[in-house]
Amino acid sequence: MTELATAKLSVKALRRSYDNTHAVSDIDFQINQGEFVVLLGPSGCGKSTTLKMVAGLETPCSGSVELDGRDITHLPPGKRQLAMVFQSYALFPHLSVAENILFGLKARRTPADIQQSRLADVVALVNLSDHLHKKPSQLSGGQCQRVALARAIVAEAPLCLMDEPLSNLDAKLRNDMRAELRAIQRRLGMTLLYVTHDQVEAMSMADQIILMNQGEIVQSGSPQALYNNPASTFVAQFIGSPPMNLMNADNLILGVRPEHIHRDINGYPASVVTCDYHGADTIIEVELHDFDQQRIKLRHPGHLTLVPGSAFPVSWEKQYEHYFSCSDGQRINAPQTHSTHQTTTSEMTHVQAL
Amino acid sequence: MKKLNTLYAWLLLLPALVLLVSFTHAPTILTVWDSFFFAGRAGQPARFAGTENYLLMLEDEVFWQVMANNAWYLIGTVPTSIAIALMMALWVNSKLSGRSLLRLAYFTPTILPMIAVANIWLFFYSPEIGLFNKILDAVGADPVNWLGDPDWALPSLMLITVWKEAGFFMIFYLAALQTINPELNQAATLEGSSRWNSFRRITFPLLLPTTLFVMVNAVLNAFKLVDHLFILTKGGPNNATNLLLYYIYENAFSFFDTHYAATLTVVMLIMLMLLAAIQFGWLERRIHYR
Repeated sequence: MTELATAKLSVKALRRSYDNTHAVSDIDFQINQGEFVVLLGPSGCGKSTTLKMVAGLETPCSGSVELDGRDITHLPPGKRQLAMVFQSYALFPHLSVAENILFGLKARRTPADIQQSRLADVVALVNLSDHLHKKPSQLSGGQCQRVALARAIVAEAPLCLMDEPLSNLDAKLRNDMRAELRAIQRRLGMTLLYVTHDQVEAMSMADQIILMNQGEIVQSGSPQALYNNPASTFVAQFIGSPPMNLMNADNLILGVRPEHIHRDINGYPASVVTCDYHGADTIIEVELHDFDQQRIKLRHPGHLTLVPGSAFPVSWEKQYEHYFSCSDGQRINAPQTHSTHQTTTSEMTHVQAL
Repeated sequence: MKKLNTLYAWLLLLPALVLLVSFTHAPTILTVWDSFFFAGRAGQPARFAGTENYLLMLEDEVFWQVMANNAWYLIGTVPTSIAIALMMALWVNSKLSGRSLLRLAYFTPTILPMIAVANIWLFFYSPEIGLFNKILDAVGADPVNWLGDPDWALPSLMLITVWKEAGFFMIFYLAALQTINPELNQAATLEGSSRWNSFRRITFPLLLPTTLFVMVNAVLNAFKLVDHLFILTKGGPNNATNLLLYYIYENAFSFFDTHYAATLTVVMLIMLMLLAAIQFGWLERRIHYR
């Protein structure tokens, strides 16, 4: 129970419903000091609602939120000592960059000399020194994003919330900002709760991912844990691109990731359906003749040009197989590690027995 | 080819131009022209008067009283109706049950015809059976002759104007409030900003373009008021409620002194233009337009 004592934020049994439909329920998670936690899920899964309840912008029907051991469930947003970056950035359009960043410090009546020194630090950190007197309308999307980030950093709040902060940027900028955001978070030791629907963002930045679907937490853990041991078919398909292949096999669902499938003359007979060149690799979709012509995708390094219909036998190692129940999609074999390599046969019989 | 294009351009402009010239520019110029003449009598043409009409105006006691009335009317109605409109809009914009009904209720004074409005208020104000005097009577206070007492007549009219204009201006403020991203206020709240601080630093500055528009309209309306006066006071008692436009109307159509009416009109035009210029010049510089 040492984890409980050091938890920065602790969310317990949080529930929120609108007009008799559960928006979110049974939300339980903890964030430790300095941790980067990502709330991940498809649109409408309740991740933003959860974030807003932590921020105090929405009221939970039941459950509690504790920050540094203090119950903040019913505190007004301004008294929670949180910083937040909004998806729209929520910059004040009539105020200059400097005034935007200092808004919170002014509202909290921080002494002027502290305001100025913190402002100087933060603009240097996010590279905004040349734009202090501009209005948000004179800035690019990436610069606006930095202002929003600076406004959240300058508060030096114990917990910083971010609601899809990178979703309005173009792909190139988004990649750069991901690395930069992660670097800033590490450097300042910020505790971050970050909401996104983009699994690449979650995988590349998070210490801990909390994956949500239909208002409930489906699985939480490190990016590796979610990738290597998906708890259900939903997790298996949500994490990874292209997602894990799922095949119906003997009243079970068999899952294999595309990068674990390779060409093998002695493998399962299959034929090419489509062939997508991605530069570093080629995504090939094949039809498996032994599995009712089910289609799976595989990742093949380099450039391959294949005529649809041509033979492309494939195989994968048993250690990369995942099994899920046909009825509820839950994982049914024990979590695999790489050392279980030799025991695949016995594992298979175990599965068959089930 | 270029000449033909120019011809087309003028032809396309012609309908608007004809209307604008014949109903706006020509009457304005004619009014200015008329103000420099005396009325002709018994078949004789009008005599040139030079600035004589303007000098007469400066000696006209009623003119000065009318100007003073109008100034009080302006000071009394414009800030009050704008402030009330803003407060009502902020309230109606918040999440409360039955707010669409409330919005409609506030807008009703604007939908009602001015003449009907004046008749309703005539009932409120009448000395014997009026609602206000009934209330005064009930609490044991002396009745007031609202529209008949020179001290009370102008404030009574101002009350009607505020009642009518606040609802109209509220609609503009409400529309403007709904274009403000609610996340701005959420962000401010999270930063520890009080409601008053958020209003002062965010909402109000973002509403300034609307405030300018509403203010220019309120000032214009303060000078354009005629219809209430017809029904309620006819400028009386003893010119206590006589406003500039009503005085112009009296001169033109009751006293048939169109040249003096033209003189007063020119004064009014110049004043309105000056007021609009001041408001735009002063506010424009500090407004953030999206």
